[in-house]
Amino acid sequence: MSNNVLVVAEMRESVLKKICFEMIGEGKRIADKLGGAVEAVVLGHEVGDEIAPLAHYGAEKTYLADDPALANYTAEGYTNVLARLIKETEPILVLTGATTQGKDLAPRLAARLAVGLASDCTGFEVQDGELLVTRPIYAGKAIATIREETTPYMATVRPNIFAAPEPDTSRAAQVEKVPADAGSIRAKVIEMIQEAGERIELTEADIVVSGGRGLKGPENFALIEALAQVLGAAVGASRAAVDAGWKDHSYQVGQTGKVVTPTLYIACGISGAIQHLAGMKTSRYIMAINKDSDAPIFKVADYGIVGDLFKVVPVLTEELKKMRAEG
Amino acid sequence: MNIVICVKQVPDTETKIKVKDGQVDHTETKYVVNPYDEYAIEEGLRIKERLGEGKISLITMGPQRAKDALKSGLAVGADEAIHLVDEAFEGSDPYATALILCKALEKMDYDIIFCGKQGVDEDHAQVGIALAELLDVPHVSVVTRLEIAEDEKSAVAHREVESGHEVVDTPLPAVITAQKGLNEPRYASIKGIMAVKKKVIPEWNADDVGVDRDKVGLETAKIKFVEVALPTERTAGKVFDEDPAQDAIKVAHLLRDEAKIL
Repeated sequence: MSNNVLVVAEMRESVLKKICFEMIGEGKRIADKLGGAVEAVVLGHEVGDEIAPLAHYGAEKTYLADDPALANYTAEGYTNVLARLIKETEPILVLTGATTQGKDLAPRLAARLAVGLASDCTGFEVQDGELLVTRPIYAGKAIATIREETTPYMATVRPNIFAAPEPDTSRAAQVEKVPADAGSIRAKVIEMIQEAGERIELTEADIVVSGGRGLKGPENFALIEALAQVLGAAVGASRAAVDAGWKDHSYQVGQTGKVVTPTLYIACGISGAIQHLAGMKTSRYIMAINKDSDAPIFKVADYGIVGDLFKVVPVLTEELKKMRAEG
Repeated sequence: MNIVICVKQVPDTETKIKVKDGQVDHTETKYVVNPYDEYAIEEGLRIKERLGEGKISLITMGPQRAKDALKSGLAVGADEAIHLVDEAFEGSDPYATALILCKALEKMDYDIIFCGKQGVDEDHAQVGIALAELLDVPHVSVVTRLEIAEDEKSAVAHREVESGHEVVDTPLPAVITAQKGLNEPRYASIKGIMAVKKKVIPEWNADDVGVDRDKVGLETAKIKFVEVALPTERTAGKVFDEDPAQDAIKVAHLLRDEAKIL
């Protein structure tokens, strides 16, 4: 077995996702402690220069499995290719993003390899040559430290937790083509339904603006969207707003929705039920606007405004817009 | 059509998690059916109703108290339930849990298997997908819409991804993991709740399931919990409650100067 860390890269429309660089940065830190190197693997079809950034961010080598059957992600095809590569190269740790793709792929791959998998990890530590992983459980109401007992160690990595290293564009990619036979694929993607308009993904966003029951109706999400637009933020919603049918479930932040870790989380008209707090409490800064001064959201907020959100939010939006224009 | 639904009993999401001696303290925990499993159960019921025939079997692995989760599913209309219970199962990690379910399913008839997309306790989100791999059937995870083909040999599932939905065509049998949005689960009727009292829920131990006791449980777990701790609590920051417009301007400046978000 080697002491190398293998990062499973992920692309969206031929662009590497930010999580790839976050994993390379953290993967390198772990590999350094174990005396190995960080490497990446890309699966796809007609892949070219778009994978060069993997080397810029620190991957010593990039394995490339290029085949028409790998153009679109499938759990079965990707598992077949990766299981073969992992048996061949014997990395000590395999990282995938805790994205909808990585979370779909990693359990299948781990079961194929009959090894353990730590999901949605937020910390890694090497102690006496062993890997200890921290990950939130109960949607972040508690933090568990996990020891993996089998190798290769496997983990999915939560986006927005680890800082991407500074890229060095002078580093040339060392690409190695690897067998790309996807084998038999039973479950296949037959269509992609894209959301109308450009939507910023909640779990990857640097700023999130969320609305809750205090908005009083679906039409008032326009206020949230206007503020989000000024900030380049993703839009979220509380369970109350989702259950009322004001927003689709894919917008829900909380224990039965998405867990987000942005730099700034703005909660508008959200009281802060325990199941909502579980989904946003690890944000760097939290701002809350609520007319009830006893709302639990204020207990976790760095900046709180007790007042009518219909009066506060438009002024906040205008002021931030002005600041942005001033630069 | 034989529909199998894997369910798990978990602490209610309203539960405040307490930690004692590096482990979650469950002495005051109230247990419920895992919320995502409720969508799985509801989808099974709807398929049976649509087809006008079928058998819905619930299966859970867990201690004696987990039987209540099976009873909840029977109360809304599942036909039978099987409880996988053995001291040797305790402390099983996601892989071992999937292995136990796999061995049990090999003794059952199944055309489609449902799981919740994750348990809202340890949040691994692995068992359903690992189960599919061990059974050597395809899976579609995080499903928000499902249509069974007329010949009942395949299904089309909508799966939630970052930028929208993937539409996946899969032959059956397959494992489907349910996401919120798949349907609106029904409540049990009084009649349904009463009917459960007459149902016998068989218990299968490791021998019945046909799984090697040495390969499951805490001892041989591939991932082990070393310690559980509570996250550091946040403290309340600056609160403004004078004039909405003035307060908004003050906070906008703090966001720029302190949080440096612009």
